[in-house]
Amino acid sequence: MERGNILNTSKELLKIENLHTSFRIKDQYYAAIEDINLTLRENEVLAIVGESGCGKSTLATSIVGLHVANNTKVDGQILYNDQNLATLKEDQLNKIRGNDIGFIFQDPLAALNPLMRIGDQITETLKYHTKLSEQERQKRVLELLDQVGISHPERVARQYPHQLSGGMRQRVVIAIAIACKPKIMIADEPTTALDVTIQAQILDLLNDLQEETNSGIILITHDLGVVAEVADRVAVMYAGQIIELASVEELFSHPKHPYTRSLLNSIPQVDHDQDRLEVIHGMVPTLTKMPRTGCRFAPRIPWIDPSKHEDNPSLHEISPEHFVRCTCWKDFHFEHEEGGLNHELHTN
Amino acid sequence: MSFIQIKDLHVHYPIRGGFFNTVVDHVYAVDGVSMEFEKGKTYGLVGESGSGKSTTGKAIIGLEKITSGQVIYEGEDVTNKRRTRNSAFTRDIQMIFQDSTSAMNPRKRVQDVLAEPIRNFMNLSPTEEKRHMIELLEIVGMSEEALLKYPHEFSGGQKQRLGIARAVACKPKMIIADEPVSALDLSVQAQVLNFMKDIQTEYGLSYLFISHDLGVVRHMCDHISIMYKGRFVEQGTKEDIYKHSKHVYTNRLLSAIPTIEPETRFERKMERRAVEQAYRENAQKYYDADGKVYPLQVISATHKVAMSAAEKEAQ
Repeated sequence: MERGNILNTSKELLKIENLHTSFRIKDQYYAAIEDINLTLRENEVLAIVGESGCGKSTLATSIVGLHVANNTKVDGQILYNDQNLATLKEDQLNKIRGNDIGFIFQDPLAALNPLMRIGDQITETLKYHTKLSEQERQKRVLELLDQVGISHPERVARQYPHQLSGGMRQRVVIAIAIACKPKIMIADEPTTALDVTIQAQILDLLNDLQEETNSGIILITHDLGVVAEVADRVAVMYAGQIIELASVEELFSHPKHPYTRSLLNSIPQVDHDQDRLEVIHGMVPTLTKMPRTGCRFAPRIPWIDPSKHEDNPSLHEISPEHFVRCTCWKDFHFEHEEGGLNHELHTN
Repeated sequence: MSFIQIKDLHVHYPIRGGFFNTVVDHVYAVDGVSMEFEKGKTYGLVGESGSGKSTTGKAIIGLEKITSGQVIYEGEDVTNKRRTRNSAFTRDIQMIFQDSTSAMNPRKRVQDVLAEPIRNFMNLSPTEEKRHMIELLEIVGMSEEALLKYPHEFSGGQKQRLGIARAVACKPKMIIADEPVSALDLSVQAQVLNFMKDIQTEYGLSYLFISHDLGVVRHMCDHISIMYKGRFVEQGTKEDIYKHSKHVYTNRLLSAIPTIEPETRFERKMERRAVEQAYRENAQKYYDADGKVYPLQVISATHKVAMSAAEKEAQ
């Protein structure tokens, strides 16, 4: 709880207002994310969770402008230091990317250049953003490798990516991301490609680094376990919209939106047995078939009376710092729970 | 009674080098594992990447060459006969792959994909064959229209279900499932897992469930083996492994699994660090001079743990 109080008073680093990102498919633009409003505060881990295709990675790449400009339209404001990142030119963005905003990618092997030594790849960032001399840069590289928990920095700096294990590579990617002490770190599925023991180490490392640098982290993941482990606040995304936003304790103890509740219900738990897992019917609509009005989750909970949904669902603050989209959560129950009979009547 | 026994299975890959490309060393991918499978049970095989769990599965079914050891199926040694087309073993042991996209020929329609095992092992007329395929699709919750579609027209979960339909086509006795849900989203994962359980009760199948996800393994499996560097470190029932784990490596794996209780995360982090430290300090106690895992010692009727003979006596 103490930590929550610190958060409320700490400074806002990034403010996203009304963000829409659309992709062009056959001469028509389809919005992959819509109506995103988020703030990232200093010293905070903001997790963005959702299944594949819900737009979480699109959100991350929109913030730093990493998408193909020709086929993408970004509307809305991404405010950082009184600048709107969405309207900045490529060279202005380059000064911010890597310096103020660090990016950690999912697949460390694809994020590293296979033909460059580890040391040189870290130096590259330093060369672009700082005025350090050659010797100072070398020193900083070793410092960074040490900071991310690599035991022989001198040796590793001279090695190539293929000589390192998956966990080590991800540490190197993190070292590059934190090289210029960024205020914001965006981590897109940083541990998905790693084993559980390594995953635990990398998450601990991110936590420790944050305590040192007071930065804000946007953590994108599909793994609710990871979220429970490191996040302070959580935004749950479904079909391009944020459907629930709350502190991590609140979200796991009092989930409200049907989607969040269904997701939490479908995890096989390590500490208790259950015979069958809860299943969510249907699937996430694809970009071109996305319904543009009404509650987007409604088709997947057909046993809920359609009149319970809002026509144009918006985020409502139901308790301080807890937002839920649409009103259907008030009447939601799982299919096998009481009220299941109504469903039969509906479909007939 | 077990119907398949794996005895002291070894799979070694040669490392070639030098001027004449001679064999200079071996990679000990699977280094002496023994298992027994009973009907209707699910066996979990857990390990980190590179521990040899997939190789074990592939070696059993015949996709990898066995260096030494035996696979015994219903009393008959089938170690070197696994590849012949008409053997009972080939029909009765099937496999589900991790990546269902690459496990299906993209240029074949679903009806051809599903027909392949049927044509190989069952003598059916074209109409019977079609009826059988429609039945299969019904079991996996898909309609007849799917027959004329191509694999790319399905979502990941649907493709995985087609993979399962193909595996159960000839009513096998055992299915080796190599990470069947690790590429799927949570909700789809739940669907596929439920589904594998349903089929099991219907056909009395056994599964060898290979996975790195200890949560999923606990949900699915009766009997679990933990693998490290090609050998088993611990073998036992669900209860033995999750409640009374003995080996430090098992503890380390268990402590690393994230849970969905944010309130306890600080305590768990401390616990994890303690386990990690214990692992580092006592590693030599659990591994022999070459860094290999000791042979398994029997602790109880179901529970086996790798430890040195000296330690076994000390207990």
